Amino acid sequence: MSAVATSPTHSQPDSDNFLIYSKGFLSWALTLDHKRIGLMYLVAVMASFFVAGILALVLRTELLTPTEWFLTPQQYNQVFTLHGAIMVFLFVIPSVPAALGNFLVPVMLGAKDVAFPRLNLSSFYLWVGGAIFFLTALLYTGLDTGWTFYTPYSTTTRGPVVAATMGVFILGFSSIFTGLNFIVTINTMRPPGMTWFKMPLFLWATYATSIIQVLATPVLGITMLLLAAENILHIGIFDPKYNGDPVTYQHFFWFYSHPAVYIMILPGMGVISELMSVHSHKSIFGYRFIAYSSIAIALFSFLVWGHHMFTSGMANVASLIFSALTFCVSIPSAIKVFNWLATMYKGTVQLNTPMCYALTFIFLFTIGGLTGLWLGALSTDRPLHDTYFVVSHFHYVMVGGSLVGFLGGIFHWWPKMTGRMFNDLWGRVSCLFVLIGFNLTFLPQFVLGSRGMPRRYAHYVPEFQELHQLSTFGSYVLGAGLFIALGVLIHSLMRGKQAPPNPWGGATLEWQCSSPPPFYNFSHPPTVNEPYNYLPLQYHGEELGWEYVHPSHTAAPSIHPAPTKS
Amino acid sequence: MANDTATLDPAHAHGEHADGHGAHAHMPFQAHHFDDPEQQFDAGKLGMWIFLVTEVLFFSGMFCAYALYRSLHPEVWTFASQFLNEMLGAFNTGVLLFSSLTMAWGVRCAQLRQRTGLVICLAITLGCAAMFLGIKAVEYTHKWDMGLLPAGFYESQYLPGAHHTGLSSWLVRLCIIPGVLTVGFALWYLVTLIKGQKRHSEIAGPMLVTGLCFFLGAYLGIVIQSFEESSHGTISHDSHVAAGVDAGGHSDEPASRSPGDPLPEEIDQAGGAGLFFSIYYCMTGVHAIHILGGMVVLTWLLVRATKDQFNEQYFGPVDYVGLYWHLVDLIWIYLFPLLYLIK
Repeated sequence: MSAVATSPTHSQPDSDNFLIYSKGFLSWALTLDHKRIGLMYLVAVMASFFVAGILALVLRTELLTPTEWFLTPQQYNQVFTLHGAIMVFLFVIPSVPAALGNFLVPVMLGAKDVAFPRLNLSSFYLWVGGAIFFLTALLYTGLDTGWTFYTPYSTTTRGPVVAATMGVFILGFSSIFTGLNFIVTINTMRPPGMTWFKMPLFLWATYATSIIQVLATPVLGITMLLLAAENILHIGIFDPKYNGDPVTYQHFFWFYSHPAVYIMILPGMGVISELMSVHSHKSIFGYRFIAYSSIAIALFSFLVWGHHMFTSGMANVASLIFSALTFCVSIPSAIKVFNWLATMYKGTVQLNTPMCYALTFIFLFTIGGLTGLWLGALSTDRPLHDTYFVVSHFHYVMVGGSLVGFLGGIFHWWPKMTGRMFNDLWGRVSCLFVLIGFNLTFLPQFVLGSRGMPRRYAHYVPEFQELHQLSTFGSYVLGAGLFIALGVLIHSLMRGKQAPPNPWGGATLEWQCSSPPPFYNFSHPPTVNEPYNYLPLQYHGEELGWEYVHPSHTAAPSIHPAPTKS
Repeated sequence: MANDTATLDPAHAHGEHADGHGAHAHMPFQAHHFDDPEQQFDAGKLGMWIFLVTEVLFFSGMFCAYALYRSLHPEVWTFASQFLNEMLGAFNTGVLLFSSLTMAWGVRCAQLRQRTGLVICLAITLGCAAMFLGIKAVEYTHKWDMGLLPAGFYESQYLPGAHHTGLSSWLVRLCIIPGVLTVGFALWYLVTLIKGQKRHSEIAGPMLVTGLCFFLGAYLGIVIQSFEESSHGTISHDSHVAAGVDAGGHSDEPASRSPGDPLPEEIDQAGGAGLFFSIYYCMTGVHAIHILGGMVVLTWLLVRATKDQFNEQYFGPVDYVGLYWHLVDLIWIYLFPLLYLIK
């Protein structure tokens, strides 16, 4: 017992554990505890990911044959619309910020909760409300506009565009409130000693994400409101029939939706920054560069929306400027990648499940980022626009980046969230399946796209069949990998070993709480230390994990509560 | 330690009535996760400012649409904005400015723990908000009667339908809900007076005043509007046609129209003036929804004010709602010249 007595939270009685300190359905449904809200988000976003993932497999299966198999073209349009809309609005945008972020931001910061717990809970229920609108659209089975709701198609189709746009509107508010909460929490709730540059990089990434959420999402809100008004009241702002301009809709939409791309990827980058350092047992390389590059990405993200519209009809000068600015975004992104690689150099790299996912992230994200440069260049974008090349590019970033980062984060913090260890071998197997399956799915799509296969087509010319079949089989491997990952997590919940407070040897504050953390996170303000200094950590074997030995521990006993007699 | 955790039950710690809990007994409204009242106030204020930023961006989409279509079709704006009544707009601007004054005064009262002053200030603010909506209802219904509707329903002013005379049937319909509410508030106020529930009548009274202010606003709106029409001569559809040609800039010499200038018929149609009214209804409608939202939170403040919950230490909610109210006011200050004044 003496070995663990220095770690303050070992003194927490087990009943303080946030999972069990109060029981019953209402204690979860009406909870104001950020950790429970985070877990509820986690379950919710994973459920929507499951639905949208199944839809993706349905699409790929239909594409096994060049002609109609079991989906009519109309049904195919509806399925890809729902796949895209659910993935983007219900899964990727809230995945890391809302699920992991809610759990981690206060704990990493050393705060007791987010600044506005009730707002936090209401933003979860807004998410649920928005999801219900989407389900309404799903049950109507008529939404076929694609997830972008481009006018004039969305104003002329018979599909339930109004229900879907109201869903997006509500989800937008959920996102805004989460972002607002995090900004205020990080600004005002830092404990003594937690300066900006002692914050873990995940918090920097979350802060940058929150800035985008707060500044971009209201524009989506008004765009969706105007689109709904266009459908109900025929206001004509986007309708050429009344001298309105459909391209205006595209500008409005991408003014949100391009920054939203960074809402999706920035938190994933924050996760990877943590994983790289912890599992290499080496201080992160270029801390300030990574921190500032998050902010830089957030700022640049507002200046490049036009690159989605190079073929929509814009002035040449505007296209040139948007193209040049698009290249600028690659600078901070590349800074991050190089810093992660440099962090591993001469580190003690442990290839456990989270690290495998982190490496997968770097590999896939780099491909996704580099292919983005081809699309950002005006000359190559013309032929590649709206082909499978684009589809493949953004899946490399959204799936290879955001989803893999999300999975890595889940495995990394799973012991902290649930108090259980998972089977590392099978975790790594799932990662291998994901890596192989993903590349098998989407590498052929680069080839397809550059040969001229347009996106969103249910039928295609027969000579593309082999590549399409390759892609479809890849998607089955990817799906299998994700099911294995799910199985590993469920097995861990049922049979997993008790997790020590610090199984990986992290130096950030969340590892100083017990696993799972007590309801209150910290009964006393924690001692803030360097987030990536691994020297004070001592390993005590698999059972006890790592322990942070404060250099000043004996000198300042009052900071840590004495172990209780129990 | 055990004693400490007992106070952490979220149902109580976050609730409104956390008094008597542990270390924060002296501050009944301090949430458990804040270290001190100052931190709580700062967090709330920063949160409110960020929310206001999102509000500005929310309106920015419509300001963009305004700027875009105005720059594309300036003649449409010249033609269509003459249908907006500057007198009503100016009066409403005054009403909102005055409500901002009483709101700011209310914040001061909360900070000084002047309970009655705060209740009065909130009541006047609520009344002004209702009066604004009453006048807006007159403006809207007048336009609906004339067929000045969003693009899809716009009726050309060349072929005017039966222009309304007397009370608009739309206005009567719009008044149903405020009417029911006002009667309800009046009954409630009477009951509280009879039963002698002082605190309840302090809530019911201002609510009754709010309801009545809506009708006062509607009445004033009708009076101002009919005054305007009689002093300028009735706005007949002939003058519309003349104005439409005016917008082309050549009312006297129609023969000398330059070929690029749009014909008046092109302006006075769904894709011309109709688009203007789309943007007008979107902007003022969303603004009116914000006024309604403001009235809801002001009522919440009123209830809390009658309970004497604000004092020198704790006046955050009044302050935050004040900020919101000033923003709503500010947006109108932009809308008024953009839509009504610039010809």
